[in-house]
Amino acid sequence: MQELLPSGKSVVTDTTSSILDRAAEAAARATPDSLAKRVRGLSDRMVAWIFIAPTIVLLLAINIFPLIWAIQLSFTNYRANRPNEPIKNIGLSNYSRILTDTDTWIAMQATAHFVFWTILLQTLIGFSLAYLIDRKFRGHALWTTIILVPMMLSPAVVGNFWRFLYEPQIGLFSYVVSFFTGIPTTDIQMLSSVTLAPWAIIIVDTWMWTPYVMLICLAGLRSIPDYIYEAAEVDRASNWRQFWSITLPMALPFIMLAVLFRGIENFKMFDMVNLLTGGGPGSTTEVASITLKREAFEKWRTGFSSAFAIILFVAVFGLANIYVKVLNRVKSR
Amino acid sequence: MKSTLKVSFGLAAGLAASTAMTGASQAEDLTLCWAAWDPANALVELSKDFTAETGIGMKFEFVPWTNYADRFLNELNSKGKLCDLIIGDSQWIGGSAENGHYVKLNDFFDKEGIKMSDFVDATVVGYSQWPKNTPNYWALPAMGDVVGWTYRKDWFSNPELQKEFKEKYGWDLDAPKTFDQLKQVAEFFQNREIDGKKVYGASIYTERGSEGVTMGVMDVLYSYGFKYENPDKPYEMEGFVNSDKSVKGLEFYKALYDCCTPPGASNSYMGEGVDAFKSGQVAMHMNFAFTWPGLQKDEAVGGEKVGFFANPAGPDGEQFAQLGGQGISVVSYSDKQDAALKYIKWFANPEVQKKWWSLGGFSCLKSVVEDPGFAATQPYAQTFLDSMAIVKDFWAEPSYASLLQASQKRFHDYVVAGQGTPKEALDGLVADWTEVFEDDGKM
Repeated sequence: MQELLPSGKSVVTDTTSSILDRAAEAAARATPDSLAKRVRGLSDRMVAWIFIAPTIVLLLAINIFPLIWAIQLSFTNYRANRPNEPIKNIGLSNYSRILTDTDTWIAMQATAHFVFWTILLQTLIGFSLAYLIDRKFRGHALWTTIILVPMMLSPAVVGNFWRFLYEPQIGLFSYVVSFFTGIPTTDIQMLSSVTLAPWAIIIVDTWMWTPYVMLICLAGLRSIPDYIYEAAEVDRASNWRQFWSITLPMALPFIMLAVLFRGIENFKMFDMVNLLTGGGPGSTTEVASITLKREAFEKWRTGFSSAFAIILFVAVFGLANIYVKVLNRVKSR
Repeated sequence: MKSTLKVSFGLAAGLAASTAMTGASQAEDLTLCWAAWDPANALVELSKDFTAETGIGMKFEFVPWTNYADRFLNELNSKGKLCDLIIGDSQWIGGSAENGHYVKLNDFFDKEGIKMSDFVDATVVGYSQWPKNTPNYWALPAMGDVVGWTYRKDWFSNPELQKEFKEKYGWDLDAPKTFDQLKQVAEFFQNREIDGKKVYGASIYTERGSEGVTMGVMDVLYSYGFKYENPDKPYEMEGFVNSDKSVKGLEFYKALYDCCTPPGASNSYMGEGVDAFKSGQVAMHMNFAFTWPGLQKDEAVGGEKVGFFANPAGPDGEQFAQLGGQGISVVSYSDKQDAALKYIKWFANPEVQKKWWSLGGFSCLKSVVEDPGFAATQPYAQTFLDSMAIVKDFWAEPSYASLLQASQKRFHDYVVAGQGTPKEALDGLVADWTEVFEDDGKM
């Protein structure tokens, strides 16, 4: 029941009104007349804008402004450690230096190697695990929880304890490998060997993030309606045929989504590599984000590193956009 | 009502008074920024005397070495007011002077009668002057440091090992005097079983992230004849940085890494070195002198078991060592510069410097280190003196960070990852450093 107050405000009055209603009534009474009149004159669109304005302001301040500033800096010789030096506009010089620099391409190769292998392994293992868990065997809930544990840990913790696991003299990993292969533990130098170090990082990332891929794949598998399989059974389709004709195509958008998420994350991977190898030995595991950090905060080439960051951003953004288009096409089939 | 008012006034007055007192004490407190390491603890202890004398409280901001440069250079570059006093690394002096981060101390020194000639010459050049070898002072030498070596005296004095060593190499097993001898000793101990445990030759610097591998390589290259530039033509590096002698030095460092370090020591710096020595893994250990008091006191490997020696000589008899250490500066963005200068004046006092040494700090004051009784004060005192007499330092240019990162990459790529030849590594370094100086407009 509505009642018009002497002030002209409309409030809800109900003997059984909830606490919420009473609070609203109190707020309405407390609203100054001038403000109440102004609010009453606002359109729904305007009210919506008022609600989202804080988010937009925050987004502009935290994302868009730094991006525009970084773009501007990328055309200059600015160095953050020399605040008194004049800033010169040097056009596209930073961009051309980066794109012609051998070290940049070595870092990009290291990144590509890392991204390719981690995604391949995580997708294969993650999907296989999801497929097994989806069978709903006895204790599958417990196994799901156990499998999910690594992705709940902090990358800093994971990086540090894997560094100890890889220790040639005391590391558990070295002892396990030595037990099965007979190679002396001191010869298993996962983080010191040029050949093994990239794989050491791939192993850790796969261990940590395969559960995440599994979770997304599991959601995909569980979204497939049972009646499709029942129809296939009626048509006497084999398990193998059901997998290729039903399971995989219907779970594919989910798998592709997992690949997209992991691809973007691993393209900008920093923390784990930094903790495990710091980019070494030499520059073997120096992925793009490590190079970027060195340029920005160790060499203090702010303009140069801004240009590098923009190039990386465009690369990730461009590739992700192409990928999303493919994903949409797959989903619409 | 009256009593309520009284209570309210009382509370308000109390709050105002406490706020004012807090404000007053904060105004008098000084914040000193430095690395988190043993000498910093000694400085905390020492600074209690300053507070007792002046009533000025001291707060400390200590950051682990791995983040030390990042953290404090960020602070200085952003003109932050966190630090009133900073004990900045020796290589920062050029950039901090040119960018106005540090207060120039010449007038203050003149006014207070603090003479730079009272401090060890190498530390004045290394920690205080910019440009180098000119009377422009930006810091007071605070913590003398240099790369030297520790060794397992108990293993070296084992008669059986001594006999075997003499038979194999033809000289008495002792602290090595040359790098060739050092390698022979390291090879002798590598993979040897001592007290039922496999041990290794030496722990050397190989760290990639900050400055480790450069400090280690340079420590050897200097004695092999490496020079940063043409003494007659500044910034001309071709033929000096990549001379034949430098190539041999770099080749030696890699050989030492390959033959005689513990497995997995591919990213080892000060902390890892100390760990390797303390855990009884290595016979010799390259590290800065600041680690020596801790090792001397260590129950497992200290006391009579540990010995110290200065960096050995190169093939031509030249003997140099990598300078470490820092000077203390007043941050130009601080609002408490007067109090900070009081601290520097107090710290320069000979009595305070003597206590600084006794607590585990490494004084740079001549009256302390040249005292006839100094060498006997600690087992490592003489080695410290010998080492400080032969120091050389890395570039201290405003672009030192870029120069350092280039050498980190070139040296780690060659020494640890085994990529390319020593000549290629040093040629590449000349190219990198040339690019940096060209960007700076110095070439």
